[in-house]
Amino acid sequence: MRLPVDLVVEKRTEDYPKWLPAATSLAAVILAFIISGIILKLIGGDPVQVGKFFWSATFGSVATISDTLVKATPLILVGLACSVAFRMKLWNIGAEGQFYMGAFFASLVVLVPILPPDAPKPLILLAMAVMGMIGGAIWGFVPGFLKAKFAVSEIITTLMLNYVAILWNNFWIFDRWSEGGFQMTRLFERGYWLPRLADYAREYPTLSGITLHLGFVVALLAAVLVWWIFDRSRWGYEIKLIGDNPNAARYAGLNIARNIILVMMLSGALAGLAGMSEISGVVHRLQERISPQYGFTGIIIAWVAKLNPFAVILVSILFGALIVAGREIQPSGLAAMLQGIILFMVISSDVLLRYSIRLQRTTTPVTAGSDA
Amino acid sequence: METHPNAVEMKDIVIRFPGVLANDHVNLVLKKGEIHALLGENGAGKSTLMNALAGLYRPTSGIIKINGEVADFHSPRDAIACGIGMVHQHFMLVPTQTATENILLGLSTPRFHINLAKYDEEILALQKQYGLYVDVKSKIWQLSVGEQQRVEILKTLYRGAEILILDEPTAVLAPQEIDELMATMRSLVDQGKSIIFISHKLHEVEQVADRITVLRKGVVTAEGIDIAGLDKRKLAQLMVGRDVVFDVERTAQKPGEVVLSVRDLQASNNKGVPALRGVSFDVHAGEILGFAGVAGNGQSELAECITGLRACRGQITIDGRDLANAPPILAIKNGVAHVPEDRTHVGTAPNLSITENSIMKNYREAPIGNGVTINRSNARIYARKLKESYGILAPGVRTLARKLSGGNLQKVILAREISTDPKLMVAVQPTRGLDVGAIEAIQRLLLEQRSTGTAVLLISEELEELFSLSDRIAVIFHGQIMGILPAEDADIDTVGQMMMGTRLEEIEQEQEAAP
Repeated sequence: MRLPVDLVVEKRTEDYPKWLPAATSLAAVILAFIISGIILKLIGGDPVQVGKFFWSATFGSVATISDTLVKATPLILVGLACSVAFRMKLWNIGAEGQFYMGAFFASLVVLVPILPPDAPKPLILLAMAVMGMIGGAIWGFVPGFLKAKFAVSEIITTLMLNYVAILWNNFWIFDRWSEGGFQMTRLFERGYWLPRLADYAREYPTLSGITLHLGFVVALLAAVLVWWIFDRSRWGYEIKLIGDNPNAARYAGLNIARNIILVMMLSGALAGLAGMSEISGVVHRLQERISPQYGFTGIIIAWVAKLNPFAVILVSILFGALIVAGREIQPSGLAAMLQGIILFMVISSDVLLRYSIRLQRTTTPVTAGSDA
Repeated sequence: METHPNAVEMKDIVIRFPGVLANDHVNLVLKKGEIHALLGENGAGKSTLMNALAGLYRPTSGIIKINGEVADFHSPRDAIACGIGMVHQHFMLVPTQTATENILLGLSTPRFHINLAKYDEEILALQKQYGLYVDVKSKIWQLSVGEQQRVEILKTLYRGAEILILDEPTAVLAPQEIDELMATMRSLVDQGKSIIFISHKLHEVEQVADRITVLRKGVVTAEGIDIAGLDKRKLAQLMVGRDVVFDVERTAQKPGEVVLSVRDLQASNNKGVPALRGVSFDVHAGEILGFAGVAGNGQSELAECITGLRACRGQITIDGRDLANAPPILAIKNGVAHVPEDRTHVGTAPNLSITENSIMKNYREAPIGNGVTINRSNARIYARKLKESYGILAPGVRTLARKLSGGNLQKVILAREISTDPKLMVAVQPTRGLDVGAIEAIQRLLLEQRSTGTAVLLISEELEELFSLSDRIAVIFHGQIMGILPAEDADIDTVGQMMMGTRLEEIEQEQEAAP
């Protein structure tokens, strides 16, 4: 038996319209929410109720929006970090470790101390940011160097260095800088904190309790910078060329080894900056588990955003909302499930970019066995 | 099944690809027990026709009959079931598996457990039957190219092939291995197999084939003629046609200063085997030096050494500057343009636009680059200019490189390279696989380069091209130059002998001794 229409799947021979990737991604996210709703229904929940709650917990008020953006801040930075590396087809799985090293290096400013708490605040924050980026960059340099010089797979080295970074941090917070035997350092003095909106509550009472900090602005600026590098700069052209065809890049006179190292360092620096922003803007001390796997979520974000720096911002806000909601909703695994379904949907939606799918009326009777 | 005199009949086969008519009403008849040569130049449509017979493509129209029965293949599996086995030019083997494992790969038995010893023995028996000896326990990567080819042939025989298609089997072989292959082909035919042998080398065809079909630009120019009493010159005519002499005309011109000077150049290929063994020559401004040779005799490596892409020993001087082992960027900065052999894997980036591919060599300089940024509108203007003046056919400069046909892609590369105003142009197989129109356009561009005083090093496997474009012709064999002679004094016979490893001096001595 045959249906009156055939589903025709054809490889696209022409370029897809520019809006298509955005449209399919958006559709994929919406579809992911619908599927999650169905699952929720099947296990006896009330999707509408959960949806309402989800909304109010994440975007319902100024305070919750602020919470969402606070969570989005490190995600934007690590998402950018991964996007930078992935553009050149360098699979940096080590944003997590680079995040921790960034946090550690930024803490040195406070704990060594490099600068006293009463030093000029811009100077302190600049020093912490630079140190954070240096820490992340070092953690990007090591796998970059090994890849460039000895062709060691960066997937393995970056993954392994995550554990090294976390354990390195643990050594310092358990042993050297431990606060009364707990696995955390002392609370940083206020002089080391990134300014928060709540700091201005005296002048603007509505801001009281709003924890959104300067790191968010830094993250937005970083996205602009990454966009500029990708789209406008000569280096971005070189990254694109190497990513697409290393042979052609070498033929065009590019030093591929050098670029591998530089891109890994930039990627690491962005993740390191996320670490700095988190300890200076949110946690205010170095401690265990400062990252609920931000580094790994960054990989997903970069992928869902299709390596577009501005899309990274939007996706990070969505994922930040999922983290916030995950704290409020029981079971908390719901948010993680949604995250997984979104990734799955977005990656599957790529098919639509490569193939065009349309319905076609069946016309000629097809001979037996010829329809594969 | 009753026996039918013809193993294969292909009638009125038309194969059309987007924009290309690869086969235009082609007929081919393979009799049982014969070796049938399919002759034609690169891009004549031989491989396409055979891929259709092997079930890889479906002809746009036409009929294929196997043993007198109409066959309609939807996949290689169907073709194999009909007893057709194809040995592709590029082997389809898994390097880390043994010969036996490769032969068994993809079969429905053994299902789960592989009793390798048992199959080793089966294959040894097969080897004995056809005289195709390979160590079955060796991994593919340990085998020579000739041995790997034998594994491929065994693979088809093990699947019960009665009709074998060998796609340019000799292109990758050393002369001695070629002799062995020919003996094998004879023994296969003696045992009842039928063989289609694709080649573009006349002498091999003469040696082994019973009948010949000649293809030229997708059309049959000679259908199943007997080899006996056939004149080689006639065959060449059928193959390349009378219009092989394009009306590209090389005007007399006095070469200028030495631009490129190579002395005692030595280098290894990707496998670490010496590929260049002491090569020395000069190229002058306003001169085309053509390099002739059978593929794989060191030509590719030579071009890579000069353009800085391959490590070497010896001297490479460009305009008096020693650039041996200098990074590619120095070669570019010293005015070396390069039309690489592999236009898709080296010459261009497939997912980048025409614009982005056009600026690959000059994005560092004004007006396109200023060291930090790239001026995108200038880049687009530049690309549009190239597109227009070189007649690159594409919807626009934003079109991705992978959407371009071979000829247009090559024009992008040439346009880009010529526009850097080079002192030395290294062109490797610049017209391979292109249609006649594109070939002529590209040959004209090379001649224009010559007249503007660029030194051109042209590496090609097309002798006609070398003869019509070059001022001097060098012949390379096993990484050594067999001799360099002015194009006026060169004839196909001499160059052919040199390509087979005879030095020019030896030929000259012989000629002196002869009369």
